[in-house]
Amino acid sequence: MSVNPALLGRVFPPVSPYLVGREKIREFARATRSSAPLALDPEAARAAGFRDVVAPPTFAIVVQEKTLEQLLESPDSGIDFARVVHGDQRFSYTRPIVAGDELTATLTVTSVKTLGGHSMVTAESVLVDGDGEHVVTAVSTLVVRGDE
Amino acid sequence: MSAALEVGQVVADVTVTLSRDSLVRYAGASGDFNPIHYRDDVAASVGLPGVIAHGMLTMGTAVAPVVDWLGGPEAPGAGGWVVDYQAKFTRPVVVDPTDGAEVSLTATVAETDPEAKTARVDLTVKFADKTVLGKAQVRVAWA
Repeated sequence: MSVNPALLGRVFPPVSPYLVGREKIREFARATRSSAPLALDPEAARAAGFRDVVAPPTFAIVVQEKTLEQLLESPDSGIDFARVVHGDQRFSYTRPIVAGDELTATLTVTSVKTLGGHSMVTAESVLVDGDGEHVVTAVSTLVVRGDE
Repeated sequence: MSAALEVGQVVADVTVTLSRDSLVRYAGASGDFNPIHYRDDVAASVGLPGVIAHGMLTMGTAVAPVVDWLGGPEAPGAGGWVVDYQAKFTRPVVVDPTDGAEVSLTATVAETDPEAKTARVDLTVKFADKTVLGKAQVRVAWA
């Protein structure tokens, strides 16, 4: 089975809004060994001018994941989940994610390539807040390992 | 951001041990339940040398000391934050069920722009003496 080249350019429907929870940010910060007071302590975050705790830089993957699930679960994608490894990742922020944000993500497949036995799929997820303002663009390249 | 920040300056230099427990914890926190990160049989069946860390766990853990530095007393000013962060996953981090995996991280200032109040910090992230993140670059900005 190989990745369907017709995925290129496909735009998936926006996923239902993701409400960023304070405890989720703290859980994520702890899981990535962050001890930043801004991520863990609402008082420290407020003192620095934020409404609530501030998410670590890679937190956007939690929301992006919902869009990647759409891609991986597409019946015609040709992607075998157990063969997927992450090739590269980028996050480009307009502002930090803060607890209380309601983020809506939309995924576009921007590249599909086959190299050797492996396939590479690049997906760009744009996350906007409740006002429709851009927060972060998360770009992932997934490598689908071929049969050995 | 003051002029105190210099190219070549090391802002973080740490070693972190990732255990199978770290992987389970990260799976729950992130929602990434790909079984190659917790099942030896599945990892082996797709040709991996063992259960591997989520690339995003390595990437997330690697930037944490930079975020800590930005919020700490060594930072060149208040209000610094990560505007852009990218990395390539060049080698898997194989996590031994008993000993885990020791990952070393060095964060070095690669570029500064005092007018724009931004800087680029490059991360060197190694496991078993080999680089596991390629082109790992953090762009930071000060308000």
